[in-house]
Amino acid sequence: MRMILTGNESAAWGARLSRPKVIAAYPITPQTSIIETIAAFIANGEMDARYIRVESEHSAMAACIAAQNTGVRTYTATSAHGLALMHEVLMWASGARLPIVMSVVNRAMAPPWSVWTDQLDTMAERDSGWIQVYTQNNQEVLDSIIMSYKIAEKHNILMPTMVIEDAFILSHTSEGVDVPDQKDVDDFLGEYNPAFKLDPDEPAGFGSLIMPEGPYMEFRYKMALAMEEARKEIKKVVEEYNEKFNRNYSPFIEEYRTEDADAVMVVLGTIGSTAKDVVDRMREKGKKVGVARVRYFRPFPMDEMRALAKKTDMIGVVDRSYSFGPGADLYAETKSVLYGHANIPVKNYVMGLGGRDITPQILEKVFNDMLTIAKEGVVDREVEWVGLQGDERWS
Amino acid sequence: MNYEKEEFFAPGHGMCAGCAAPIIVKWVLKLAGPNTIVVNATGCLEVATTAYPRTSWRVPWLHVAFENAAAAASGVEAAARAKGEKLNIIAFGGDGGTADIGFQALSGMVERGHNVLYVLYDNEAYMNTGIQRSGATPWGAWTTTSKVGSANPIGKLQPKKPVARIIAAHNAKYVATANPAIFNDFKKKVQKALSYEGARFLHVISSCTTGWRHDPSKTVEIMRLASDTGIFPLWEVVDGDLENMRITYKPKKFKPVEEYLKPQGRFRHLLKNPEYVKKLQEQVDAWWAKYGHHYNP
Repeated sequence: MRMILTGNESAAWGARLSRPKVIAAYPITPQTSIIETIAAFIANGEMDARYIRVESEHSAMAACIAAQNTGVRTYTATSAHGLALMHEVLMWASGARLPIVMSVVNRAMAPPWSVWTDQLDTMAERDSGWIQVYTQNNQEVLDSIIMSYKIAEKHNILMPTMVIEDAFILSHTSEGVDVPDQKDVDDFLGEYNPAFKLDPDEPAGFGSLIMPEGPYMEFRYKMALAMEEARKEIKKVVEEYNEKFNRNYSPFIEEYRTEDADAVMVVLGTIGSTAKDVVDRMREKGKKVGVARVRYFRPFPMDEMRALAKKTDMIGVVDRSYSFGPGADLYAETKSVLYGHANIPVKNYVMGLGGRDITPQILEKVFNDMLTIAKEGVVDREVEWVGLQGDERWS
Repeated sequence: MNYEKEEFFAPGHGMCAGCAAPIIVKWVLKLAGPNTIVVNATGCLEVATTAYPRTSWRVPWLHVAFENAAAAASGVEAAARAKGEKLNIIAFGGDGGTADIGFQALSGMVERGHNVLYVLYDNEAYMNTGIQRSGATPWGAWTTTSKVGSANPIGKLQPKKPVARIIAAHNAKYVATANPAIFNDFKKKVQKALSYEGARFLHVISSCTTGWRHDPSKTVEIMRLASDTGIFPLWEVVDGDLENMRITYKPKKFKPVEEYLKPQGRFRHLLKNPEYVKKLQEQVDAWWAKYGHHYNP
């Protein structure tokens, strides 16, 4: 069924079609319309789920953890400060191996107070043990939620998943979206089959104390293995979904005109669609540029990134956040996986923080800088903040 | 079914000799029976009963951090409802996990009316981390963060947070204070709490031999004194009707508070100054003057 949906309505539809039995909901801009849409589905009898209007995001995640541990599929959604408040229990969800699926609408962290898009909130959770998938349009928001349940719930994975969308650019923007039939989604996902649960007939404890000689380290190692294993399952599930629902997702990195590119821009989220448009225009002028949009940041697409580097002379990494480390996260990880595998210049372009617009003009300027670096083989500086205003000391 | 002869809380755990919490848990579980899921806030009870791979819990047991036993219990309850299962969902938390860091989650759970019995075992300080003051620590108690010295001869300067009254004011289905040393009253209240549907809250006093600094063999005696001196009154409120609070226990003759203070090291400094003992006695007398007419056994 073709519908006109915002990113947040698409997320709500993705959740609805996946039939979670418990939803714990707490409002935060710009996520709120997800949980409002779900509230309407439930009030209208279109969705059969218990809806807990918790008193904080921390409790939202705790309630999801407990409900999922009781043996049902769960869903929640948040943004920025809400995600940060959940931080402690995000690690609990992954450590407890509960395949919770959560929408996160990327929003800047304060201060200054900003509700607009920025990826620091999810980047700050890269070590929380969650699979992270970044989306580019509303269709991908909806589809990724359904795929995420399938991947996360596999008994060799059992890792929670964040399905991430940019604030306003997706969350509050309407697009045509193909909404799959419930029956097809039911066939695709199947009934939730928990690997373990709280069950009076077979009492077991979850969340016990462990001493240093106990298998804490082994529990963590198993999580690391599961995150590795997820690479295989993501590939399988995305291919299966493409086939069944007539889509064309690349599992890890969506490459656009990279085959003969002199320079490739690596991006996350909606920057991808703007960048692809700029690539087309620059190609018309004979400039050989391409785009690689990373979908999965966790697990990080190591092999795909290394393969990409073999196709081009230069990689420019755009980050819509900053980590106060050696550049921002997408850059640092890209460079890290290329070390010893590709000897090409890599540069970090930090832009669009706090929702500042990333225009085609800005990206074209960056592409031209990348082409110069590709030609000269020298990176002028590792990190460039693009589009700073008002003070020439910044340039 | 009567499960009083069965144990759902197994021996062999690491709780201190003389700790009252295992007495409380053991009896709550006996009265609840096996069709139960327990949610446990971080604390002594969690740490000392679940050293992996062993556990003292013969019912399904879940720990999701410190501040969210009530939120986790809400999640278990929602999932059980979604599956159409009817069972006892019981949360256990200490005073830190209940009256302080977990208070918001508890308020939310009670306001939403989840069908959960929340049991606060109140040992009146953060005992798991080594006797730090909580909102439920009483006036005049020494703790490692309300130390007694020349600049502060009293210890904790604020009165105990009336957590059960606050929860009752949420219109909780059933709220009671209880004392395992006043056993019949305690047992009746646990049974009553289990019989209701909705959010229920039991505030149970629970002596801590290391934190209260008393002889481990005196646990029951000292807890009994808590109610026989009137310091820890035993009452119940149904449907938030605080006007009709019912005091369920009153000694024939109140003992002076001094008798409760004497065997406990945490109050030793108060005994050096009759003014402090007098002040505490006045606090207790004032409570009974205000609420004593609610006594209705």
